[in-house]
Amino acid sequence: MAFTAFSTGTATEQGPRKSSRIALLLLLPGVLYLMLFFLVPLVSLVITSLQAPLELGDIGQYQAAFRWENYATVIGQYGEQILRSFLYALLATIFALLFSYPLAYFIGVKARPWPLLQNLMLVLVIAPFFISFLLRTLAWKQILSDESPIVTGLKALSLLAPDAYITGTPIAVVFGLTYNFIPFMTLPLYAALERLDTRYLEAGSDLYAKPFTTFRTVTLALSMPGIVSGVLLTFIPAAGDYVNASRQFLGGSGTAMMGNVIESNFLVSLNYPAAASLSIILMAAILVLVTAYVRRSGTEDLL
Amino acid sequence: MTLQEGAVLAGAVTNPPGRAHRRRSGFRLGKWLLPVYAALALLFLLVPIAYTFVFSFNDSIRSNISWRGFTLDNWLAICAAQEVCESFGNSILIAVAATLIATTLGTMIAIALVRYRFKFRSQVSLLLFLPMATPEVVLGAGLAAEFLAAGVQKGIGTVIIAHTMFCISFVVVTVKARVASLDPALEEAGRDLYGSPAQVFWRITFPLLLPGIVAAALLSFALSFDDFIITNFNSGAATTFPKFIYVAAARGIPAEANVVASAVFIFAIALVVVSQVSAAARQRRLAKGT
Repeated sequence: MAFTAFSTGTATEQGPRKSSRIALLLLLPGVLYLMLFFLVPLVSLVITSLQAPLELGDIGQYQAAFRWENYATVIGQYGEQILRSFLYALLATIFALLFSYPLAYFIGVKARPWPLLQNLMLVLVIAPFFISFLLRTLAWKQILSDESPIVTGLKALSLLAPDAYITGTPIAVVFGLTYNFIPFMTLPLYAALERLDTRYLEAGSDLYAKPFTTFRTVTLALSMPGIVSGVLLTFIPAAGDYVNASRQFLGGSGTAMMGNVIESNFLVSLNYPAAASLSIILMAAILVLVTAYVRRSGTEDLL
Repeated sequence: MTLQEGAVLAGAVTNPPGRAHRRRSGFRLGKWLLPVYAALALLFLLVPIAYTFVFSFNDSIRSNISWRGFTLDNWLAICAAQEVCESFGNSILIAVAATLIATTLGTMIAIALVRYRFKFRSQVSLLLFLPMATPEVVLGAGLAAEFLAAGVQKGIGTVIIAHTMFCISFVVVTVKARVASLDPALEEAGRDLYGSPAQVFWRITFPLLLPGIVAAALLSFALSFDDFIITNFNSGAATTFPKFIYVAAARGIPAEANVVASAVFIFAIALVVVSQVSAAARQRRLAKGT
C-alpha cells in the first residue's frame, strides 16, 4: 500500500526497552477501538450472512441460523455482478498501469535534473484527490454525455455511430474506475522508479542490449515492487466500488457491480444476509491477494 | 479522498523524494515522446477538476448541466442552497471529531510500535494494516451490521465512530515514520538534565513529532471529509457533503456544491504548495548554514 512505502523506515527497534506496561497503556485504547469497530463488524458480517428470515416476520427481520445456502443463493443470483466486479477492476487496473507507467517513468527518471518540476508534477498527479470523488465522477458523466462536444465531435468524425452513447455503458464504468484510481498506480510506480539507478541502464546498453531488452530486464524488473503495490492499490478499491457503476453516475442497467448489489440489498431491500454474504465473498477474494502480499513482505514491514 | 487515496498519500509523506542525481543514461526512447505524453496525461487528470471549477460559476437554475452564463452568485451565497451548506457543516463537524480521536489513538500506537517491544507485535501490525486493505463497502456493511445487531440508532455519532476507525491506521503509518527518525539522544539529554518523564515528553518528544502529527491529522481530515461509501452505510438520516451529492445526483446538483468542492480544492492545493515551498526554503537555509 503505499504498500511499498509502508515497508520503509523499519529496523529502528533499538529504543530503550522500557516497561511494557507503558506500551500496553499506549496501545490499548487504539487496539481495543479497532477490535470493537473493525474486527467485531467482520464477525457480525459472518453471523449476519448465515441468518434466516424470521418466521412470520416483517421484511428486514432475521434470526440467527446457519443457513450456508445463503452463499449459494447469492452466487447463483448475483454471479454475473460478482464476475463483472472482478473483470471491470482487472481492466481498470491494466489500463491504469499502461497509462501510469510512462508518466511515472518520466517523473521519476527523466525529470530528475529538475526537482521542482518533479514536485509540481507529483502535486498534479494527486490533485484529483482534493476534489470530491463523487463530483469528479459526475463531471465525467457530463463530459461524456450525449450532447457533449466530445460525443458530438466523435459522431461528426464518424468515429462513433450516430445513435451510439457512452454513459451508461461498461466502457464508461471502466473508464471512470480507471480515471479515479490512476493516482494509486502512478505514485507507487513513481516511488519505485525514483530509486532506479540509471547506471544499470547504461550497463545494459554497454552490453549491446537493445533498448527494449534493457527496459524489460532492468527497468521493469527493478520497478516490480511498485507494480505489485500499484496493482493491489488499484484493484482493491475498484473491485469494491459502487459509485462509478451506479446509474446516477457512469453506469447503466447492465453494469451493476458487487458494491451496487451489496448497497441495494443492505440499504434498500433490507436483505441483510444477502448483503453480508456478498461482502464476505468480496473480502475473501481480496484476502487471498493480500495474503500473497503479506507472505512476500512479512508482517513487520506492513506499516 | 477515499481510503486508498490516503494510503498513497501516507506513502508520499513517509517517502520524501530521494536526491540521487546521476549521469543521464543513453536510453533514448521518448526523447520528445515521453515529455509530451506526460504533459497530456497530467492535463487529462485535471479535466474533471477544471470542469467542476468552471461550472461553479454557471448561472444555473436547478440542475447544473448546461452552461447558461457566468455569475459570481454561487460563490457569494453558498448557503443559498441550504442543503449544501448544512451537509458541508456536518462533514466538517464529523471530520474534526474523527480527526481528533484518530490522531490521539494513532499517535499513541505509533510511539508504542517504534519505542517498545511487546508480545503480539505482528498481530497488532496486521490489525492496523487490514483496515487499509479492506474494500470500503465491506468496512461499511460490517459496521452497519454491528450497529444493527446492537440496536444502535445511526446518525452523526455512528459516522464519527466509522471514520475514526479507518483513520487510525493512516495516522499510525504517518506518525510512525516521524517517531522512527527521532534521535533518542535528545530525550536522553532531557532525562540527564533531570526532566520528569512528562516534561521530557511535552517539551522534547511532542514538539519533534508535531510535523508528523499535523500531517496525519490533515490526512485524516481529508479522508473523513470525502468519504462516501462507509458513510452511506452508517449515517441513517444524517447527511454529509458527499452523501448529499450522491442523493442529489439523480435530480441535479446545485452549482453551490461545485463552489464548495472548488474552494476545498484550492485550499488543499495551497496547503500543499506552502508546505513544499517552506520545506524547500528550510533545506536551503540548512544547506547554507553548514
